[in-house]
Amino acid sequence: MKITLAEGAGGVSTARLISEVFAKHFQNPILAGMEDAAVLPTESFSQIALTTDSFVVTPLFFKGGDIGRLAVAGTVNDLLMRGATPRYLTAAFIIETGTDTDTLEKIARSMAETAKEAGVLIVAGDTKVVEGDGQVFINTTGVGFVPEGVEISASRAEAGDVVLLSGTLGDHHAALLSARMGIENAVESDAAPLTGMVQELLSAGIRLHAMRDVTRGGLGTVLTEIAEASGVQIELEEESLPLTPAVKSFCGLLGLSPLYMGNEGKLIALLPAEEAERAIEIVRSSPYGENAAIIGTVASGDGVILRTPLGGRRKIGPLVGEGLPRIC
Amino acid sequence: MCVAMPGRVLSVKDGIARVDFDGNLIEARADLVQVKKGDRVLVHAGLIIQKLSATEAEEMESIFADLREIMGESDENR
Amino acid sequence: MKTADLVQAIAAYDGKPLTLMEVCGTHTAAISECGIPSLLPPAIRLISGPGCPVCVTVSAYIDRLIQLATSPNTCVVSFGDLLRVKGSSGDLCSTKGARVEMVYTPFRALELAESDPHTTFVFAAVGFETTAPLYALLVEQIIARGIENLKLLTALKTMPAVIRTLCKEDNAGGNACTADFVSTIDGFIAPGHVATVTGSALFEALAQEVGKPFAVAGFTAPSLLAAILALTKSAGRAEVYNFYPSAVTKEGNRDALAKVDRYFEPCTAAWRGLGTIPDSGLRLRAAFAHLDAGSDALTADHIPAGCHCGQVIAGKCAPADCPMFGKVCTPESPIGACMVSMEGACYHHYINDRH
Repeated sequence: MKITLAEGAGGVSTARLISEVFAKHFQNPILAGMEDAAVLPTESFSQIALTTDSFVVTPLFFKGGDIGRLAVAGTVNDLLMRGATPRYLTAAFIIETGTDTDTLEKIARSMAETAKEAGVLIVAGDTKVVEGDGQVFINTTGVGFVPEGVEISASRAEAGDVVLLSGTLGDHHAALLSARMGIENAVESDAAPLTGMVQELLSAGIRLHAMRDVTRGGLGTVLTEIAEASGVQIELEEESLPLTPAVKSFCGLLGLSPLYMGNEGKLIALLPAEEAERAIEIVRSSPYGENAAIIGTVASGDGVILRTPLGGRRKIGPLVGEGLPRIC
Repeated sequence: MCVAMPGRVLSVKDGIARVDFDGNLIEARADLVQVKKGDRVLVHAGLIIQKLSATEAEEMESIFADLREIMGESDENR
Repeated sequence: MKTADLVQAIAAYDGKPLTLMEVCGTHTAAISECGIPSLLPPAIRLISGPGCPVCVTVSAYIDRLIQLATSPNTCVVSFGDLLRVKGSSGDLCSTKGARVEMVYTPFRALELAESDPHTTFVFAAVGFETTAPLYALLVEQIIARGIENLKLLTALKTMPAVIRTLCKEDNAGGNACTADFVSTIDGFIAPGHVATVTGSALFEALAQEVGKPFAVAGFTAPSLLAAILALTKSAGRAEVYNFYPSAVTKEGNRDALAKVDRYFEPCTAAWRGLGTIPDSGLRLRAAFAHLDAGSDALTADHIPAGCHCGQVIAGKCAPADCPMFGKVCTPESPIGACMVSMEGACYHHYINDRH
């Protein structure tokens, strides 16, 4: 059935849409109340973590994922990056007329599966309908709780730290761009919630200083931000960057740099050098972490420097512009 | 503007070659170079512009050999 | 011998100061990516040349593309790089109502045209000798398939004439930026993919003419390092080296050259910042003029006040010596084409802190 403005009017059609498509998949006692607000139990915690993100990707479904999986994993990962245990998500939908309810069901189902994997409940939501041509936009806001003594921040990296990257660069961006440019390959989006990985690190007592997920803008952008926030210099070893041959060649074909290709299921963690071995082992044996590697070190100074296989050094900055693929 | 990459020809049919770049499949026109399955070729923006006559490793050795002559070093010194 | 030995040999160079020009924009990018600038001794200076088609496109060409892209039932088809180059007022990317399709290959334009006969498609045909064969084949296919709604707007350029100009004219591109800037070019890293098509013989003739060495290089570190080393040994001599033997032969790709010759002829071309140079470009032959979307006479070159791109691509000015570099002209807000292009000298100097 195609969505019309009636489904957004707040009446019977809206209620049916919510119960038959969204609530059906997001089932949990809190949501079932269908109240104006979700009232949540407090837990013994030191601080609340709160984050929000909106998802506007096209196409809605792509190799390795869909907008629903992104919408849950993206927000869950943002909470995890501060060391929070993710608990609750809201999900607000802005749906253009012409969208099929089957599409919405697929998205809802994917969100429910990802939420289950991530250990979160979707407890509040909203739907609006606007005139358009079948595009769907999702906003998720996430709440988590930060355990006592955990202080992870982009500004806490220290000279002497190492940089750990949890897996191969650029998969998500390459998957989407491949489809758009009509280049056939097996590259898939790596959209995934990293709950297991981060909780293993925290429960093993690894002292994480800074942690970020490597999304839009890529590794180069994220590390530049950390270097600036922490007032340190980060030196990367190009040869240690995990990269699949397919993504590497894909970048070569379009004249793109893997340093600026986004992921949706990878993190970087800056931690003391003496914890590196333990941390790498933990990440490598957690879901989505099999290709983790130590890719660099932190020193005093500023900026991000890349050491090339030749032994040359070049400065890495944030992504400029849209990273339009070049042929020339 | 001369971004061209080496790939391997998987098949050629009606002047169009399917070329593999480490798992990326591109269709490239083969009008200007005679190619067959297994050939290593240089593709520029959808056109095969040359068949590569050596692997990267072989080429590197040939570069070193030429350079030794140019730099006037004898083999005993290496 | 290992690649590390080449790095060491270059670092150990202590002869007279040398200025080497990497002609091709793709070489500028490859050299930056390998980290080679940080390994050079002070006596070896690498400068970027005019071999970046985006960097040398005049504003009139961009203006014409914008005009076409905003005309009813017209769509411009282009490689990605051109979309952010400014004409006299704005670029394709940011012009409201501009209909543009970004492609990986020009041949995609054939499908676009066939699937939408009510739209006139115009391909922004820029590039050097490497890309000319694609356009020749594109024209051939347009004719063979009877496609009537696809044309080309050409700004094709060739290497020899511009290199001659840079070697012979002291004021090519304008005066040097700083008084003590030595701009004599001692040798050239010759473009590897141009040479793949044209053959290295092209550079042998050129070397004899200008009395300088040319080292044809590929895009891997060993090849680029070897080119630099060989040039240090042959300054002032008309030597030609081939460090891309797997792709480059003396005679090049004869079929490709014949195909280009069938559809294109040499012409005067307008180079951003350098003015017009005779015999430095290619245009559609008269018999195929009906496929041209108005390429002739696109020579007007609006250079923003203070922009030194012309001197930069002529090797007369280091990017950092341009008064606007890093201040008003940055990759986020580029003024000149050298900063827009991801192969531009200024872009690479800025993002990689190249010296």
